[in-house]
Amino acid sequence: MSFGPFLLLAVLEGTVMAAVLALTSVGLSLVFGVMRVVNVAHGEFYMLGAILAWFVTYYLPFPPALAWVAALIIAPLVVAAIAALADTFVLKRLNYAPEATIVATIGLLYMVQQAALTMYGPDARPVAAPFEWRIQLPWFGYSGYKLFVVGAAGVILAAVWLFMTRSTAGLVMRATQIDRDTAQCFGINVDRVYAGTFALGAALAAAAAVLIVPIQQAHYLMGHDPLLLSFIVVIIGGLGSIRGTLVAALVIGLSDGIISMFFSPTLAKIIATLLVALVLVFRPQGLFGARA
Amino acid sequence: MTERVKVWSVHLGVLALVFAAQYVLPPYHATNLARIMVLAVFAMGYNIAFGYTGLLSLGHALFFAAGFYGMGLPIGLLDWAPIPALILGLIAGGVLAGLVGVLALRTAGVSFMIVTLMFAQAGYLTLLYLNTWTGGDEGFVVDRAARVIAGHDLSLDGTRYVAAFGLFAAAMIACLWLVRSPFGRVMVAMRENEERSRMLGYNPFRIKLIALVLSGIYAGAAGAAYGLLFGYVGASFATIQYSILPMLYVLLGGAGTVLGPFLGAVLMFYLVDITSGYTDAYLFVVGAALVGLVLFAPRGILGNLRERFAPWLP
Repeated sequence: MSFGPFLLLAVLEGTVMAAVLALTSVGLSLVFGVMRVVNVAHGEFYMLGAILAWFVTYYLPFPPALAWVAALIIAPLVVAAIAALADTFVLKRLNYAPEATIVATIGLLYMVQQAALTMYGPDARPVAAPFEWRIQLPWFGYSGYKLFVVGAAGVILAAVWLFMTRSTAGLVMRATQIDRDTAQCFGINVDRVYAGTFALGAALAAAAAVLIVPIQQAHYLMGHDPLLLSFIVVIIGGLGSIRGTLVAALVIGLSDGIISMFFSPTLAKIIATLLVALVLVFRPQGLFGARA
Repeated sequence: MTERVKVWSVHLGVLALVFAAQYVLPPYHATNLARIMVLAVFAMGYNIAFGYTGLLSLGHALFFAAGFYGMGLPIGLLDWAPIPALILGLIAGGVLAGLVGVLALRTAGVSFMIVTLMFAQAGYLTLLYLNTWTGGDEGFVVDRAARVIAGHDLSLDGTRYVAAFGLFAAAMIACLWLVRSPFGRVMVAMRENEERSRMLGYNPFRIKLIALVLSGIYAGAAGAAYGLLFGYVGASFATIQYSILPMLYVLLGGAGTVLGPFLGAVLMFYLVDITSGYTDAYLFVVGAALVGLVLFAPRGILGNLRERFAPWLP
């Protein structure tokens, strides 16, 4: 394959990556923005989404397309419920003290991971794509499902955007983000907003996983890479800024896709992690964020 | 009894008990205790940064691994003798901690945690990337012939116990001396109120950097000793899990206490050891312990003890 088509393939793969990454990172960014909580267990919510998708598609006697749609609805809901419980019983009781919540979410990470290993097992298992359709380009064939993932991620992100900017619940969330105490004075139930935000963030990660699981397989350790990458995205984009997160997801997803096509993926990751550390040190508001 | 006598007698008493334990314990537990002592040195280093100076780092695995490779690479590639290699490992931990500290200490709180985490992750990936020399994920075995100091074979149970104890005792006495020294008090001032100590004329950046370097030296020494005593060097010691373990030990035993890291290491080690007899879900125990500790006992065992009964405990 010559360079042009190869680059096109790299860009396509990068776009799929960016779409899924955007979903996961917006979840992390929402939680950080509204609650000021760094959720280290975010990758495990992603993993739970993928594993639940496997359970749903395996046990529901539907045709693949219908079973997958069922998974896209059920998995995020279940993960959201788990997240809401974790918020109520752990994070809330810590008064959302930043350092204590990080330690607690690390604990959650281990518990969820081990629970997944015990109940699901150490194997990677495939989930059937809802449809098989190949687009034949002049140089290579490309999976239509991957393009569908990009579209679906775009639709979900647009829905989140509308929810945050147009709905009353979104308004309440933004009010809590700007000033928690004043919001409480206006009769907003801050506890419920926090539980809801944590659940929404986790649900977004789970939805991203259901989208990606027909391409990758479901595995109990699959949460590590998305966690690291979404941290990178959220930091580069500016902690808590959703718009910055989206831009950064596009940049990081595309460049990760392209760089790992041409260079060693390990080297790409080393450069990315060092870059993030330096961004946090020298430009804590992120590359795209206007203020902290 | 003056406070000074009380403090030293308690700590030297613990050391004497640990030393005597080798004559009582069956070999399996003696080997465990040797391992725990080395891990406790690592945790003591973590405690200097986290417990006393208030620097919650998620990147100490980097300094621990620096000890392993600072010791293992010269032995493996250049046929160094064990003592200089051990010292190089210790220095490697301190130097890396200094480099990370110069950058990471420009941030605080959550950012500090993430920056240290990212540096440690980059270090781990670098070890994998350079697998021609580091052996990558599989690591390499330290030659048994290279693990002999002045005729004492460190791979034998008895020598290993004494060597681990020597490091542990030196680390603990140094730590006790450090936290009772004027500099130790300034470290605590940094943790309690950085702005006020700045107003009193201390330079927070300098104090925190020194504390982090000392902490890195402990981690490096523990890593080098672990590799030398148990004969294996591998990239798995650079994973995030080895940043979490010392934090867990310190939280359990009591942050900001000299004996806390050792107590935490003993309890956690045996908690995992015993539960893995019933189930292989030991990570669940680690996770549950972390959540339980931050929820119900954020001061740890000795922290609570100090608050209720023994305010003199350093």
